[in-house]
Amino acid sequence: MSVVQTEQLTKKFGHFTAVDHISFEVGKGEIFGFLGANGAGKTTAMRMLCGLSKPTSGKGIVSGYDIHKDTEKIKRNIGYMSQKFSLYEDLTVRENIRLYAGIYGIKEKEIAPGTDLLLEELGFLKEKNTLVKSLPLGWKQKLSFSVAIFHNPGIVFLDEPTGGVDPSTRRQFWELIYKAADQGITVFVTTHYMDEAEYCNRVSIMVDGRIEALDSPANLRKNYECDSMDGVFHQLARKAKRQAD
Amino acid sequence: MNKIIQVQNLYRTYGKVQALSNISFDVEEGEIFGIIGPDGAGKTTLFRILTTLLLADSGSAFVDNCDVVKKYRDIRKRVGYMPGKFSLYQDLSVEENLQFFATVFNTTIEENYHLVRDIYVQLEPFKKRKAGALSGGMKQKLALCCALIHKPRVLFLDEPTTGVDPVSRKEFWEMLGKLKTEGISILVSTPYMDEAGRCDRIALIQNGAFLKIETPDKIKKDFALPLCAVHGKSMFALLKDLREFDGIYSCFPFGDTHHVAFKDESVSIEELRSYLEKKGHDDLILNTIGAGIEDCFMNLADGEVSL
Amino acid sequence: MKQFFIFVKKEFYHIFRDTWTMIILLLLPILLLVLFGYALSTEVRNTEVAVLDHSKDAATERIISLLDMSDYFDVIYFLDSPEEIHQIFSDESPGLVIVFSEDFYDNIVHTGEAAIQLLLDGTDPNTAVNISNYATTIIMGYQQELLEIFSAPFQIKITPRFLYNPEMRSSYNFVPGVMGMILMLVCAMMTSVSIAREKETGTMEILLVSPMKPLMIIFSKVVPYFFLSCINLVTILLLAVFLLDVPIVGSLVTLIVISLIYIFVSLALGLLISSVASTQIVALLISGMALMMPVMYLSGMMFPIENMPVFLQFVSNLIPATWYISAAKKIMIKGLGFSSIIRETIVLSIMAVVLISISFKKFKIRLE
Repeated sequence: MSVVQTEQLTKKFGHFTAVDHISFEVGKGEIFGFLGANGAGKTTAMRMLCGLSKPTSGKGIVSGYDIHKDTEKIKRNIGYMSQKFSLYEDLTVRENIRLYAGIYGIKEKEIAPGTDLLLEELGFLKEKNTLVKSLPLGWKQKLSFSVAIFHNPGIVFLDEPTGGVDPSTRRQFWELIYKAADQGITVFVTTHYMDEAEYCNRVSIMVDGRIEALDSPANLRKNYECDSMDGVFHQLARKAKRQAD
Repeated sequence: MNKIIQVQNLYRTYGKVQALSNISFDVEEGEIFGIIGPDGAGKTTLFRILTTLLLADSGSAFVDNCDVVKKYRDIRKRVGYMPGKFSLYQDLSVEENLQFFATVFNTTIEENYHLVRDIYVQLEPFKKRKAGALSGGMKQKLALCCALIHKPRVLFLDEPTTGVDPVSRKEFWEMLGKLKTEGISILVSTPYMDEAGRCDRIALIQNGAFLKIETPDKIKKDFALPLCAVHGKSMFALLKDLREFDGIYSCFPFGDTHHVAFKDESVSIEELRSYLEKKGHDDLILNTIGAGIEDCFMNLADGEVSL
Repeated sequence: MKQFFIFVKKEFYHIFRDTWTMIILLLLPILLLVLFGYALSTEVRNTEVAVLDHSKDAATERIISLLDMSDYFDVIYFLDSPEEIHQIFSDESPGLVIVFSEDFYDNIVHTGEAAIQLLLDGTDPNTAVNISNYATTIIMGYQQELLEIFSAPFQIKITPRFLYNPEMRSSYNFVPGVMGMILMLVCAMMTSVSIAREKETGTMEILLVSPMKPLMIIFSKVVPYFFLSCINLVTILLLAVFLLDVPIVGSLVTLIVISLIYIFVSLALGLLISSVASTQIVALLISGMALMMPVMYLSGMMFPIENMPVFLQFVSNLIPATWYISAAKKIMIKGLGFSSIIRETIVLSIMAVVLISISFKKFKIRLE
């Protein structure tokens, strides 16, 4: 059963076609990497899938809901984590969780035990009442992700989630992603760190608004005869006419 | 060989945080020396002390034989500095920015044009465009030109590739390689481990202290433990099971494989394979691999092995 | 619905956890209320009065003591001749000069009519009218007193004359005030924001790591705003004279000289602010709070200084704009010469020197 399904999905801004007739599917529990250079159209595409932007044409279904008609239902059934972590710095850990739980409509009595469980798993139960701004970068990231899946969505969208953190923290983050995927949550992640593409089950690479490649990292490396995703990307990006300058 | 940068026992705190802790190292003339480490490790603090913008709490540092405290004016005339965020004048054009920096350094664009030509040709079509309207990669190139235009003795580049697309990153390092042939010494910091391989020597830094200073090759050779890459159908379950295996020193996800470091030579791959197969893992691929810079960093740093 | 409340709760947290927001939301209204309700008012109290008494009899003495006893007036100066009137306005700026005609009491008794002339500083028409009204009320009070003793009808004829601003134009008053405000705004606020911007975008770092002496960097920031201020000064004066019909009765050269000194003071203030502000917003806020507000409320631009409590008067004297506006009014509206603004010139010059020295000292050659 596909959690995401698009058919000729397109978004135009005036004469400019940001997303050009893309079609693809993502299965349940899959870790799907959505790659592309800045300006290639991946952020625009993701916004359509999250119900934040209406497509110009084409079809799309996310978690069973139509991205044209059911944007509100989509928003309630997905998780979202953006580059800037989306946590309120001047609220405590507990308050942040409570806020987002409330927004997603989790029942009042489930919030407190759920919170404790989550914090214990992350290993920062002691920091329950610490203001988020005092947490180290890596912790904020992990917390942000956990908050995004607190309400057990079918799919979580991660918009450039890692950046500037040290290798071990980044790995811990990806281990959380593995765990979520293992529990059946589909993870849709955009990144421009090509080495992170290797963590994904399948990867799509967008160039000039179109999907130029879609396959597992291993297959892509074989087909493009490169020993890293970086090389694959490099080859595809060279063809790009749309210079992000 | 002349040492263009000499640092001895540098310490620096910010409030309660020890930003730099007993930092000592030298950079030879004409070297590309990389400071590799994550955010918050202390790279920017070190750069600011060496470019005379900050004072260390204790210790000494010399750039081109000038003391960073007493002879800061001399140093400021001879170095090129590219701080993070590529500080440029957003509302001045490409041309105007370059002109400005050339004049500030008492030179002209023409005088040292040969240094920046290879980079500037890519910017030339946009020379009248305001710097604020350039893409990340273009800004980076412009900032580099502005730092080079006065032919500095040393270039200090603080995270020049952060936030820039992979294609531009690669081009940038090629440009740095060419600068080396002009006799310009380069001190560059980056959080990207893969860029470490492009430097002559690197220092791995974490929490204000150097973990190791060496050539990239030697660091990799010095990695003492046998390393193996493991791939399986269910990567998450694989991770858990691997960590429970007795002979394992550490196991980290590395994209499509997990890198497993054995405690010592006595543990064999075959042992690991049969253990995993008994746990029900399919499609196993196990390979012995050499350590990469990232493996070395993880090994040297204080990494928690969670889950 | 639950979601709505949780958002509301969150917003409260944000507010309570941000000290600056709290201060602005809770303290500022209190401050403003106290200021306006108590300290600032357009009423006039303790107006200084100069008396030219051609009669010096029981009636005039009585009127003078009634004036002095009231809260509104302080009779301080006693003039001997009409020639001294202009001088007293120039030197001391009394709010009122009261002139009694000759044989005042005799005239009341025998002809039934005596005259008092009220000479008021018309630069600020509102205040002048108030003063005139208060004085008239007090004099009428005397008239009442006298009527109870004296049954024959009589009348004290009171003639108010508004000097310097015969048509009672409020623009006469506010133009010097606006000049003070705009020059402070352009110089201080803009200079400080510009330097803060360099710090914020990081270009200041690069400039410091260059052969340029830090002082040169500062100088280069200040020069454009200096020129802009001069242009602003000329523009305001042109508009004032030709559009608003505000005269420049006194010497234009003197006006420009004192304006230049004021500009230097404002530039120095801008530099000082920039040395403590690390971002543009902070520079803007400090300039706004610490400069604009005091200039508007405490410089005498809108509210007479004489009415303020002593503490605020002291604060008012620390504000450069107070001295500048006072000098500008004297030159522009009253047509007084340099001798009348010696005090203002000295004060502003000292301020300029002190502020420039402090900001040079505070300018950091390094980042912290």
